Amino acid sequence: MATTDAGLASDAHEQPGHGHSDHGHGDHDHPSYLAHHFDTPEQQFDSGKLGMWLFLVTEVLFFSGMFCAYAIFRAWRPEVFEGCSQFLNTKLGAINTGVLLFSSFTMAWGVRCAQKEQHKLLTAMLATTLSCATVFLGVKAIEYSHKWHLGLLPAGLFSYDPSNPHPVGGPNYLAYICAPFALITIGVAIWLVVSFLRGAKFQLECAKPLMVVCLCFFVGVGLGTILESGGDEGHHEDDHAVVASADGTAAEHGDDPSHADGEEHAEHVEPAAEAVAGLPAAGAMSNDSADLAVLERLASDATNTGLQDELAARKAQSERSGGGILYDVSDDASATVASAPENVLRPSRAGVFFSIYYCMTGIHAIHILAGIGVLVWLLVRSIRMDFNRNYFGPVDYVGLYWHIVDMIWIYLFPLMYLIR
Amino acid sequence: MSAGSVPSGYEVNDPGYPTPQENYLTNSKGILSWAFTLDHKRIGMMYLIGVSSAFLLGGLLAIGIRLHLFAPDGVLFNNALFQWLAPDKAPNDIYNQVFTLHGAIMVFLFIIPSIPAALGNFLVPVMLGAKDVAFPRLNLSSFYLWVGGALFFIMALLASGLDTGWTFYTPYSTTTDSSVILATTGAFILGFSSIFTGLNFIVTINTMRPPGMTWFRMPLFLWATYSTSIIQVLATPVLGITLLLLIAERTLHIGIFDPEYNGDPVTFQHFFWFYSHPAVYIMILPAFGIISELISVHSHKRIFGYRFIAYSSIAIALLSFIVWGHHMFTSGMSPITTIIFSALTFTVSVPSAIKVFNWVATMFKGSISLTTPMVYAIAFIFLFTIGGLTGLHLGTLATDMHLHDTYFVVAHFHYVMVGGTVVAFLGGVFHWWPKMVGKMYSEVGGLLSAALVFIGFNLTFLPQFILGSRGMPRRYATYDPEFAPLHQMSTYGALILGVGLFVALFVLLMSLLNGKKAPANPWGGATLEWNCTSPPPFYNFERPPVVGDPYEFGDIRWDTELDRYVKVEPKRERVPVETPAETPAHASE
Repeated sequence: MATTDAGLASDAHEQPGHGHSDHGHGDHDHPSYLAHHFDTPEQQFDSGKLGMWLFLVTEVLFFSGMFCAYAIFRAWRPEVFEGCSQFLNTKLGAINTGVLLFSSFTMAWGVRCAQKEQHKLLTAMLATTLSCATVFLGVKAIEYSHKWHLGLLPAGLFSYDPSNPHPVGGPNYLAYICAPFALITIGVAIWLVVSFLRGAKFQLECAKPLMVVCLCFFVGVGLGTILESGGDEGHHEDDHAVVASADGTAAEHGDDPSHADGEEHAEHVEPAAEAVAGLPAAGAMSNDSADLAVLERLASDATNTGLQDELAARKAQSERSGGGILYDVSDDASATVASAPENVLRPSRAGVFFSIYYCMTGIHAIHILAGIGVLVWLLVRSIRMDFNRNYFGPVDYVGLYWHIVDMIWIYLFPLMYLIR
Repeated sequence: MSAGSVPSGYEVNDPGYPTPQENYLTNSKGILSWAFTLDHKRIGMMYLIGVSSAFLLGGLLAIGIRLHLFAPDGVLFNNALFQWLAPDKAPNDIYNQVFTLHGAIMVFLFIIPSIPAALGNFLVPVMLGAKDVAFPRLNLSSFYLWVGGALFFIMALLASGLDTGWTFYTPYSTTTDSSVILATTGAFILGFSSIFTGLNFIVTINTMRPPGMTWFRMPLFLWATYSTSIIQVLATPVLGITLLLLIAERTLHIGIFDPEYNGDPVTFQHFFWFYSHPAVYIMILPAFGIISELISVHSHKRIFGYRFIAYSSIAIALLSFIVWGHHMFTSGMSPITTIIFSALTFTVSVPSAIKVFNWVATMFKGSISLTTPMVYAIAFIFLFTIGGLTGLHLGTLATDMHLHDTYFVVAHFHYVMVGGTVVAFLGGVFHWWPKMVGKMYSEVGGLLSAALVFIGFNLTFLPQFILGSRGMPRRYATYDPEFAPLHQMSTYGALILGVGLFVALFVLLMSLLNGKKAPANPWGGATLEWNCTSPPPFYNFERPPVVGDPYEFGDIRWDTELDRYVKVEPKRERVPVETPAETPAHASE
């Protein structure tokens, strides 16, 4: 996608650049940044802008398919979405929302800088935008790797085990995600040193902001690590561990004001239920009057099933681990409260939530990566001082693209993280 | 009449014949000058070659289908040769793969890009009076995306085939062993090619119109292309995400479409048809545009109801988005939904009928020249009317319950897609061929091809209406013996149709060898492309074209001395356009 964006935007600029100087009519009425087939810079700018808006329309429609899937499956099983949403870390999501909003602000400021020919400031704004993008990805890396570790995966791979919420061992997913970024960072560092030693001024100018941008990924990872361990999700699990081991003396965290709402439930939870359920969502709800309404709804829903269903689910789960096939056919009206968490966490149900979560946030992350690619290209051009008051189209177009990527996240965050 | 009788104050505008160096085909040489060209005309020609190759491949597969169906138990794939080629596959499996690839190649590689990408690329900027499309590099990249998508389809063909039908319906597409991922990746890439072409045309038509070219002075082909582009931009991304989710379904089992993981296959059908129904208008709308041009030019008469035709194109584009459910009447939607979709489907027939009536009214009292393109255009009106009216049978809920997934459906959409789009495409190629290559073809050969295509096509698909209404299901490799005579008629028809298409190819290729030089305006057309030489120069126009009424034929006269059409225009100052000394932009990269 990076190449297509670049292609789109770059079509509108200085297409046969040196062709002009070659045959000598690169004069005032056809400046170097104006492509041959356009008559005026205005026509070129309008074309590029309309093209970009149309491209954004296709982007919206591209995501609309996934928003539809989200709506269909959430309408179908609201309790699964509410239950599974608790596994998402609201703090990390909120931080990322803030980071992206700030990057949109710097991007918009960058467009203004390009129009006002503030070259230094434009470079700084683009570099800040890029840094926000890499912080976002760093935080995302923490979120993803943590969930993969727990087995919170798409339906077919879902392997979360409520009775063992802290699996030991397994691959170090975070390292896998960070490795390519680390390689790029090392590459940029070498480039920085070499261009410094060789005294290549332009390359040095480019390498310096890019170095900061690369390092910001690891800032994001660090930020994510700190917040993740202190986040609500982590606390839930800590509490469960405590609850399980201390056999009912669960109130020890209750005085901590930083704790999220989830664990307030945990204080009241019956230890036995907690140990069985082993998850924050429904287990924690069981005695809380605030959540009783939710539970009643869960129980009255015919699709929520009883003990028989639970048995079928466990059987199916073991079958799945042996490569079997799971058919979700149970519809038993005699639902019990105890079986609710099991139902929520059945791979065939919870897995679909995580499928949609990974599809939407994953494709969003790919768009961030594409945006990074285009922004780097803009950064280099801005250092080369390509843009001026008559020619700032590419900055404007990339800005539009960046805003839509931001806006999609603005929708994703509440729909995924804030529905409990 | 000769140039001598021109009234005073007027001049004869005759672009004449191009000199070799001002011709877009010859202004630069070498394979690289084509591979990296940014010239919309060359890209259009490359598309023409590409889609024709895909058409050939898909056509051969179609012949394979028809030959297999010659006898009730199947003929062709029972042959020892196929058993030797694919020892692990039963004849029925081969049949499944052949009809799937026939459909997928014809839809994704041929029909969708045929008119918009091949003819559209060549014609849109010239008809508009622009030097090029708005984004020439994006244009070239969409051609290479097309090539990439085609390669994926060929890989799918060579790897383990594809047997899902071109619709990739789940759950079968998530469980079959055939190369679904390769084919869907190909379709995904082709989708982006199509999006970029549509985007390019919308921007070109919006921002590149020269002074004087108002919206209602645009030729109707441009209106049709514009409507098509709207659908391409709005519908294709949804196909993209659907195919992406299908790939994820197969690899990660995301459980959105796959009932094994609690997914919903009907959701896939909704997603798929949300694109693929508008896509059939991507296929037919540009054909409407071509027919509007052909009928008017070869009747030498102003098009009847210009604005109605223009607006009906836009209306079809918008209506196309709300009728997709008529593909799914039997898929288990609620009765009220099916009724609504059925009612909405009927609305599409209104703008389509407006067009047909307007074309017929244009021909009425026109001075019709029965040239090859005109014969194709008349064939189109005939065939499209049958295709459109049988569509109403299928849009009607009650009859569709009986006809769904029978040969009636097959016959219906072939009447629209082949009888409509392909015939219009051929008519368009014959119409603009002199402009594209600068050579006239043999008129006799062209008429022969049109006759063979018309006869062969009807012989192939009329029997299929009868087959379908008698209950012959589509996609079956074998059938009851009572259906044999009609199936055999259909097979004979397919062979005649194939011969007709080869005659058309032969006639066009022969024109390159021994064709007469084409004048700028061989048919007496009034749109801008007939103002520049044949073939056009690199930047399309020697001097800025005067934009007039695209269907005003009064000032176009046959000059007996010059033996060609000339335009009699008010005198104006000649302002030469700067012609770049250095040619295509590949040199500047």
